[in-house]
Amino acid sequence: MNDVPMLLPAILVLHAAVAVLLPPLAGRFGARVFLLAALPPAAAAVWALAGVPRILAGSPPQASIPWAPALGIGLDFRVDALALAMVLLVSGVGAVIFGYCAAYFHAGERGLGRLAAIMVLFAGSMLGVVTTDNLFALYVFWELTSITSFLLVGHDDRKEHARRAATQALVTTTGTGLLMLIGFIMLGAAAGDYSISGLVADPPEGGPWLTAALVLVLVGAFAKSAQVPLHFWLPGAMIAPTPVSAYLHAAAMVKGGVYLVARLAPGFAEAGAWQVLVLSVGLATMVVGGWRALRQDDLKLLLAYGTVSQLGFLTLLGGAGTQVAATAMIGVLLAHGLFKSALFLVVGIIDHQTGTRSISRLSGLGRRMPVLAAAAGLAAASMAGLPPLIGFPAKEAALEAFMPSAAPAPPAAAAWAVLAGVAVGSVLTFAYSARFVWGAFSDKSTVAERPSEPPAAPFAAAPVALSAASLVLGVIPWAVDGLAQGYAHALPAGPKPYHLALWHGLTPTLLVTALVVAAGVLMFLRRRAVGRLQNAMPRWPDAEYGYHMFVHGVYTAALSVTRRTQSGSLPVYLGIILATILVLPGARLAAGLATGGIDVPGPGEGLRLWNNPLELVVAAVIVVTSIATLREHRRFPALILLSVLGFGMAGLFVLHGAPDLALTLVLVETLTTIILVFVLRRLPTTFSVRPDGWPKRLTVLLCTAAGTFIAVSLWLMTAARTHPPISTGYTDLAKKAGGSNLVNMIIADFRALDTLGEVVVVATAAVAVASLVLLNRRDRVVDEPAAENAAEAPKDRRSDEEDPEPPGTGALALPRHPAGPESLGAEPSGQDPAREAGGADADEGSDDDR
Amino acid sequence: MTAPGLLMVAAVAVLYSTGFYLLLQRSLMRVVFGIVILGHAANLSLMLTDRAITLPPLLTGKEGAISDPLPQAMALTAIVITFGVTTFLLALAYRVWLGDANDEVPADLEDRRIGRLSEPEDQS
Repeated sequence: MNDVPMLLPAILVLHAAVAVLLPPLAGRFGARVFLLAALPPAAAAVWALAGVPRILAGSPPQASIPWAPALGIGLDFRVDALALAMVLLVSGVGAVIFGYCAAYFHAGERGLGRLAAIMVLFAGSMLGVVTTDNLFALYVFWELTSITSFLLVGHDDRKEHARRAATQALVTTTGTGLLMLIGFIMLGAAAGDYSISGLVADPPEGGPWLTAALVLVLVGAFAKSAQVPLHFWLPGAMIAPTPVSAYLHAAAMVKGGVYLVARLAPGFAEAGAWQVLVLSVGLATMVVGGWRALRQDDLKLLLAYGTVSQLGFLTLLGGAGTQVAATAMIGVLLAHGLFKSALFLVVGIIDHQTGTRSISRLSGLGRRMPVLAAAAGLAAASMAGLPPLIGFPAKEAALEAFMPSAAPAPPAAAAWAVLAGVAVGSVLTFAYSARFVWGAFSDKSTVAERPSEPPAAPFAAAPVALSAASLVLGVIPWAVDGLAQGYAHALPAGPKPYHLALWHGLTPTLLVTALVVAAGVLMFLRRRAVGRLQNAMPRWPDAEYGYHMFVHGVYTAALSVTRRTQSGSLPVYLGIILATILVLPGARLAAGLATGGIDVPGPGEGLRLWNNPLELVVAAVIVVTSIATLREHRRFPALILLSVLGFGMAGLFVLHGAPDLALTLVLVETLTTIILVFVLRRLPTTFSVRPDGWPKRLTVLLCTAAGTFIAVSLWLMTAARTHPPISTGYTDLAKKAGGSNLVNMIIADFRALDTLGEVVVVATAAVAVASLVLLNRRDRVVDEPAAENAAEAPKDRRSDEEDPEPPGTGALALPRHPAGPESLGAEPSGQDPAREAGGADADEGSDDDR
Repeated sequence: MTAPGLLMVAAVAVLYSTGFYLLLQRSLMRVVFGIVILGHAANLSLMLTDRAITLPPLLTGKEGAISDPLPQAMALTAIVITFGVTTFLLALAYRVWLGDANDEVPADLEDRRIGRLSEPEDQS
């Protein structure tokens, strides 16, 4: 059997292909499409079973599809014993549930094709999660399960509850998933390897970084596996159709976190905060989930809290890091997948046949549906840990793992505490298992029986098959044990090997089990007293309330940040950008200068004042005119100063050996000045002046600092240059091409395409300018009545503003429209009308000039 | 190691500072002035990356060190683009003035409205 081909990538593709086919087929075949949907998971399960001998012999099938090899990202697959157990759960149980769906849904169900397609996509993603060997691929598949789960929980998208529950599940799992990704990157960077098997085989050195990385990864895993205090999304997600809950929230998705914990445990169980976190969180989850399961009236919610409890149990076992615990973990993993999905399916049938799943409205079902009751009884017995079901040897192994006599074990005190916690959790599990069977099937004298039909045989087949599997595996626990040992051998061994078995002799563990059963029976019999006790207990702080507080807090914080930063004022926004430049790269520059990390040119190594003393004259012109432009509040003098500044720049270019630039700049400056004159002529003669004061002084300070920062960086960067300019090759090229002006050659030949782009920019600007100016004139001809509205409109728009409108705006705007199209010059701008005569033509003239 | 002359570096600092200051004004015309000055500042910065050799990049047969032509070509392009941007902004300023009878940049009212929200519009 060593030659089972590595079909896994093909099977994943099959999932995607079938998912695409399902929606169109659903219209024609109704719920029967689920039989087709069952094919890919069934294929995966069969493939996995065929590979069992090879995998247990220690040669896991591997495949690798490169994705971004340079970044360590690849679709690597590796199916070892742990992955095999998960594949059997995800795909094997998945195939059974898909078969059940074919009987559960009616042909008229809304969005049936979509539901089937997403479920298959989910099955494929989950298969990817448990088989991939690359941290990044794991993250991608992980989030795919979150997204498909979101769509499945929110299947009934017309219900607000469903949408809200779906969003809550998505926010919780993807939000913490991001933290997990950070943890992955930290782990991978520390180890220099993003393959999971490599990471576990050769974990990076311990230290605060490793601890932080592991905590981040664990937070992601805990949220996915609904651990306290992030468990709240799971009961909420019960709004999903029952088969979806049976699949996602019992067998597959919620096991993702447990799987990750178990996957990393062989490498990291000894590290940092791992043990403390895993043991305390797992224990708390186990007890809290069990306690809350006891008070549920809705059978499905009872199972949901039971699942929370069992997931805590699994986390505890998976993370403990001993061989016995790992053996128990595989046992409980498979047992839980079988019994919990069977129970969910039973609830689905009850709901389907009677229309309710409330304990207080169900009575007498045991008599009318004996087969179903028997199946549920078996599954519940497995959940409670009774022999000869698979739940029993698994729970025995779990108790054994924390017997203080077992070595290597946690310190004795911790072992006692964990053992006591597991025992309490088991008592609660027993009690709610009993409560489930009693609540669903017993005759209750106080409840009227509802008319109902027993389910059809194919419908009941799925839970019966799953329960039967619980029984068969319980009778032959060595079948599971092979798998468990295949995973557990990587962990530190105890003094003697431990195997899953029904009978270990009269051990202390058996005594504990007996005590647990006795206490559980007592708790069930005194359920009224337990109920009163639960009601008397103060309500614990609700984790869901915490979630809402968190969401509300994020919203409020976002609003307050928006309020502070979104002032709506352009100068403030630009100022923030400038300040950011100063704070981030500026602080780095200052730090570099202070620590000497940046070379500063000293005397003799390039420090000099000027190349040419004439620069002094030009620089004086530039500095004086630019500062004067700033201080000038009359428009025309400011324009003149700007113009002088431009010609000063041209002079500087001459000094710098750039005659082409000087020539171009002189032309451009002349044109710009002319255009500015034409526009300024219409505008008020002075700019509005900002009052002197702190805001203004602050602005001056900010701008000076930013300008200085840029100039200093420029100075240092140019000084740090080591390579010769790339343009040295152009000399020969120009000679070959027969040109002598290098700048011209670059513009017109070497980089001609860039120049074409430049021409396009200028042409676009010309078109835009023409349309801006001309559009206005047409308005006045065609749309005269609209001018009255136009006169009102600005008023409305500005009415909310703080600055009061300058008086007379309306009056200024009104007389505009009677003016003819030609008399654009007759603007009520308060300027000399005589000078306006050629205004319109001149504006267009400026366009033509370009 | 060759660094540009400190005098020119100071000129760049002044140009950037005044350009930024004008950019932060409310009057659109001063904003346009600011962009013109920032254009000058950027062109001068480009020129300073040259090793500051003062012979024009012309192959006149005279062998010897010449200025780096690449920053010059880039500055030339930048000058023309700045011109295009400037005229476009001027046309915009003109339009704004036609509509509002002043050339000030008003505050964005939508931003203010968002800032005034205090309660989530939709809790779900």
